[in-house]
Amino acid sequence: MSMKDTKLWTWHMAAGVIILVLLGAHMLTMHLNGVLPIESLNPAGDDPLDWANVVARGREVSQVFGYIFLVGFGLFHGLYGLRNILFELNPAAGLKRLISVVLLLLGLGLFVYGAWSAVAARTMALSVSG
Amino acid sequence: MPEVKKYPNRLGIKGWLLGGKWGPERYLYFLHRVTGLGLLFYFLIHIFVVSSRSFGQEQWETAMGRVTGGIFVVGEFLVFVAFAFHALNGLRLVLVELGILTGKAEDPVFPYRSSLNVQRPFMIVMMILAAILIVVGGYDFFVLAGH
Repeated sequence: MSMKDTKLWTWHMAAGVIILVLLGAHMLTMHLNGVLPIESLNPAGDDPLDWANVVARGREVSQVFGYIFLVGFGLFHGLYGLRNILFELNPAAGLKRLISVVLLLLGLGLFVYGAWSAVAARTMALSVSG
Repeated sequence: MPEVKKYPNRLGIKGWLLGGKWGPERYLYFLHRVTGLGLLFYFLIHIFVVSSRSFGQEQWETAMGRVTGGIFVVGEFLVFVAFAFHALNGLRLVLVELGILTGKAEDPVFPYRSSLNVQRPFMIVMMILAAILIVVGGYDFFVLAGH
């Protein structure tokens, strides 16, 4: 394993721990709301998908940053894990380079789109009255 | 130049399950990969579905209307199950990788202690926690949320 691979693997593990915290908070907000209701996360009622709750969360800067970090670390952790699985199948050197480039471009593209949508959602939430 | 020994990974993906008669960690290894790939697939789609909130209430409600009820509830619960397992098993893997759960190096005196046996109690605790989280999540999904 090269030093570059060691660094990427260390980041892969660190990203996993960060995702555990951020995705745990996301699951708490979206899927454990009935068992463990936290009013500040869903101030407009029980349904976390209700538009009023979406707007209320969208106004929070912490939600925007949490979402962007989750998208970034999630994409890196997932796509690097997929790359490792594909590399285990011993593809030719040229195919390895192609896999790396495709996954890198996919990750960067989705990260830019996800980050933009989080910022755009906040702008939209701030423009909604109430 | 020293000779580099190559391992051809003869079994390929089948080796995830058929690599040998190993302990329960072998099956967790298989499940970790399957749940990881499932979560990645869902995550890539989820980024697009959730981005609909940026375009206003009508687009958000239209997007949510397309992925609500029936098979989507079961699918979403499976994503929750995959998250609970992958997160807690992943935490165990990180601690093993860092050497925290493998025990100290010692002389090979019979009866031998395997590093697998050192981490196994933690593995059992993590799996019990994952099971509890899945049951609580199921209660929220299918009882409290009224699906």
